[in-house]
Amino acid sequence: MTDLVRGSSRDYPAQTREGEQRSSVARWRRSGQVRRLVTYVVLTVVCLIWIYPLLWMISASFKTEAEIFSGLSLIPQSLQWENFRRAWVDANIGDYFINTVIVTISSVLIVVFTTATMGYVLGRHDFIGKRLIIGLLGALVFLPQGYTIIPVFDLITALRLDGSLFGIILAQSGSAPIIMILLFAGYFRGIPRELEESAVLDGASFPRVFFQIMLPLSKPVIATTIILQFIASWNDFLVPLVLTLSRPELRTLAVGVYSFQGENFTSWTDMAAASTISLAPVIIVFLFLQRYFIEGMAGAVKQ
Amino acid sequence: MASVELVRMPARRRQTSIPKRLWADRWCYIFMLPALVLIVMFSFYPIVASWFYSLLDWSGIGGDRTFIGLDNYREIVGDPFFWDAFRRSFYFMFATVPFEVGFSLIVAVILNDRALRFGAVFRTFFFIPVVTTTAIMSIVMSFVFGAFNGPVNGALIGLNILDTPIDWLGDPDTALWTMALIGIWKWFGQPMIYWLAALQTIPQDLYEAARVDGAGSVHIFRTITIPLLIPFAIIIVLIIAVGNLSVFALIQAATNGGPFFATETMELYIYRNAFGANTGSFTDPRLGYASAAGIIFGVCIMVITALLILARYYSRRRDFGRDRKAIL
Repeated sequence: MTDLVRGSSRDYPAQTREGEQRSSVARWRRSGQVRRLVTYVVLTVVCLIWIYPLLWMISASFKTEAEIFSGLSLIPQSLQWENFRRAWVDANIGDYFINTVIVTISSVLIVVFTTATMGYVLGRHDFIGKRLIIGLLGALVFLPQGYTIIPVFDLITALRLDGSLFGIILAQSGSAPIIMILLFAGYFRGIPRELEESAVLDGASFPRVFFQIMLPLSKPVIATTIILQFIASWNDFLVPLVLTLSRPELRTLAVGVYSFQGENFTSWTDMAAASTISLAPVIIVFLFLQRYFIEGMAGAVKQ
Repeated sequence: MASVELVRMPARRRQTSIPKRLWADRWCYIFMLPALVLIVMFSFYPIVASWFYSLLDWSGIGGDRTFIGLDNYREIVGDPFFWDAFRRSFYFMFATVPFEVGFSLIVAVILNDRALRFGAVFRTFFFIPVVTTTAIMSIVMSFVFGAFNGPVNGALIGLNILDTPIDWLGDPDTALWTMALIGIWKWFGQPMIYWLAALQTIPQDLYEAARVDGAGSVHIFRTITIPLLIPFAIIIVLIIAVGNLSVFALIQAATNGGPFFATETMELYIYRNAFGANTGSFTDPRLGYASAAGIIFGVCIMVITALLILARYYSRRRDFGRDRKAIL
């Protein structure tokens, strides 16, 4: 069905133009087939090289210490599940995993709620100070993180939030959700006014209009926000690194694996197992929700 | 009905006083409050505070703060480690941005061809490194580029390209360039997605028409694709350049700035001065000094940003005329 439609649309110009041009199209198509084959081969080879490091890591996590550096083969002689047990228990990756899940889920919830409400107001309402707020957001987009981490660290310490994961959660939720606010604002702006107005005429309050009518309509943006923040939060390094310098028990996976390498590096197989455990959730989430993630990223350029 | 509402509402507003309007819009402010509090606390306040911190002699949270004016800035200007780190940040940027932005455009153009099957699969493969945890992936890559029987050395020796293994990250001469290579691999997918988004704004009919007229792929690319992509190109270069200038996790996790500071870029230099003492480095924590370095570097990034945004503004005005600019 799709092939039929696609084929006919491509044939359309050739059928309507002169014969001379028709033959040039045919020539283009024939040379295109050879070129396409070369393209497939090159793309496949490059893609395999591209994910080789990941495959190498996964295979190393199932190998024995002696096996890892003995060749390029990706197939382990036998599966060493013991590597995963040692990483999970002895290297505390289990604790770091739970910390990361708590931090990630909390910051996703906070970011979805705060950016949706703010995006709704900016996208659909006029009020005094709107230009000021939009100007402030615009100025913050290209803020380099390196030099704000010191005041963030100071602020979290001053608020006495440095003893729990809550400090990391807040700092991550507040870092830069501006793209998401803009995504929500743009989406809400595009919803027809009639929907809202009929509800207002029926006497629905402002929060009710938002939570019962607008928010359910914005599911695609919510999905984009969830996956953008999930990946950002799961992968974040600088904020949890600085906030857990004196509290190893609060480390997230990124910081935990990094410290594992620095402090008590004993075996590369355990390291590979720890890395595989840490990367698996984020890769799986991406593979299932990549459409929303890519739409969200692309939105940044189109703005 | 709807149009009557739209016309009536602004008129009614102009008549009411400011306190009344504030009260009428109270829900707007309440709805913005959570996000604004977070943004002010963790984005806006830190900018303002770091300017103040840069004027302090301050050796860590809880330690004494002494106001010393511009002394930190004076010291930084004379600090060779600062200038080395500054230079390395730009080396890293110039080594990564052309490859990330240039090659990803070529891949994006290939993947954007509607006739290409499995385009989404190839796209996913290229993109996976972007979503992996930078710090962890970087440690894995430090083993892939390992000196002794790492897979890269193994493959190059197996193909007879090398005789002896190279200590990619252990040799000060190759370490920064190896990190740039890893960076290109890690973030290649990001500009690729941006390019794909940009390419989708070009109508396919334009390509079809050009092909019917007998134009070759290179010719089409030069005369149709590139001119239409220029406004996007500036924004993409901006995002990728700023990202690479601010590289931290990638290098910190793989080399900690070593060997002999050979991979210490600005963000690592700032981190070492601010928090290095906690992780067993030989320097004392100097939060004021680190803030000042961050501000100098931040101002540089802002100048680059401003120049590129100006370039975007002028390229748009020249190529599209006024009406198009008004829409965008």
